[in-house]
Amino acid sequence: MIQFDGVTKRYADGTVAVDDLTLQIPTGQITVLVGPSGCGKTTTLRMINRLIEPTSGTITIDGEDVRAQDPARLRRGIGYVIQHAGLFPHRTIVDNIATVPYLLGWDKKKARTTALELMERVGLDTKMAKRYPYQLSGGQQQRVGVARALAADPPVMLMDEPFSAVDPIVRKSLQEEFIRLQSELRKTIAFVTHDIDEAIKLGHTVAVFKVGGVLAQHSTPDELLAEPADDFVREFLGGEKGLKRLRFNRDLDRQDEPGAERQDKPDVEAAER
Amino acid sequence: MNLADQIRAAWTWLTASAHWSGGEGIPHRLLEHLGYSALALVIAALIALPLGALVGHTGRGGFAVVTVANFARAIPTLGLLLLVVTVTSIGLTPVIIPLIALATPPILVNTYEGVRGVDPDIKDAARGMGMTGTGILLKAEVPVAMPLILLGLRTAAIQVVATATIAAYAGIGGLGRYIVDGLARKDYPSVVGGSVLVVLLAVIVQLAFVGIRRAVVSRGLRN
Repeated sequence: MIQFDGVTKRYADGTVAVDDLTLQIPTGQITVLVGPSGCGKTTTLRMINRLIEPTSGTITIDGEDVRAQDPARLRRGIGYVIQHAGLFPHRTIVDNIATVPYLLGWDKKKARTTALELMERVGLDTKMAKRYPYQLSGGQQQRVGVARALAADPPVMLMDEPFSAVDPIVRKSLQEEFIRLQSELRKTIAFVTHDIDEAIKLGHTVAVFKVGGVLAQHSTPDELLAEPADDFVREFLGGEKGLKRLRFNRDLDRQDEPGAERQDKPDVEAAER
Repeated sequence: MNLADQIRAAWTWLTASAHWSGGEGIPHRLLEHLGYSALALVIAALIALPLGALVGHTGRGGFAVVTVANFARAIPTLGLLLLVVTVTSIGLTPVIIPLIALATPPILVNTYEGVRGVDPDIKDAARGMGMTGTGILLKAEVPVAMPLILLGLRTAAIQVVATATIAAYAGIGGLGRYIVDGLARKDYPSVVGGSVLVVLLAVIVQLAFVGIRRAVVSRGLRN
């Protein structure tokens, strides 16, 4: 579990990016951080692996303060996926995926074998292993980005708008595969997006942020749709019209997937009990 | 003499066996020329590569680097040579210093711009995966910036090879000898022959960099 306790990030010019945030990101679940631009969701994410240091408050992963650990070592133990993948253009796909294993000093052969396994896992043809990023489509690059984050099998993953830069059709397939992958891997995932549809679709829980880094509501997608905490959340969900559409889509999604609820859903309730 | 005669005369000069042996011969002068060029280039690279990479990586001091480099570019090479000759004496130093001053700016600016210009997403991903500062610089930024860095080195190398003729003014030989002596003696075949050799050398350097590029730039970056 990732725990934020009274975390504030204030920049030198006085701007408050995150304001007194207390938030739990439960183990084995996807927690989506969503909100308009300037709401501090990315700052929140980046404080977990210390790419940004909080001004005050503490962040712990399984009880351990992240600031007690060496930043580089901490980050090697946390998967990191960003919007445009940020692949190394000078390295082949297989070597891109093996980046963290190499950093951890794994044997080269073992690192590559793992990387090839992960290619299959994220739906990439292993024939692409020796290709370079420029030879891949945006969607394929994003899959490599996910595989790279998974390479050293970290328990925690941070994902910053990973599917935002691809077209809607590719995004949908990436999202669906991501759900499938997560039902197998059960990582603790913090997932940032500005897209409320994506948040409802992927999150076990959704944390809605307001501009100024204030957490407006943190609840399951169903609770969020049933009872928006305040006018801001209601507005962010698109008002009555938007809520209707989101509820309708959610019902559709349930019907789409046989067995109705996602397999891992019962765990959410179990964890809450 | 018309042009055809001049070319013929230069060809005769170039192919005369007497010009291909001894301390005054082309092979010896060529080696001197290459030696001075290589020395200046290596020293310039030792200064400019680490400095450019460091400034590009940290983002601090970029303005100073570009300003100094542009200033250095404006220094007349021959003027600097004469200045150093008057301060020190004839010899290697007055030749090497202007050549270093010539070679450093393109390497410095290209390395700085290359490293600085690496896609921020690549740097962010590298940091987020737990690479250290040095790791990011050496395993991500420098390899990605390599095409630009090589371009700087190539520009510097060609300029240095073409300019190392000034060694003759400081009395230490090189291919410039044929040009300077030829001019003094009104021996134009020697002037043209020497010039042709310098041009050929510059072309060979250019070609060498094509090979170097193939060897050190990742295939993923060659598009």
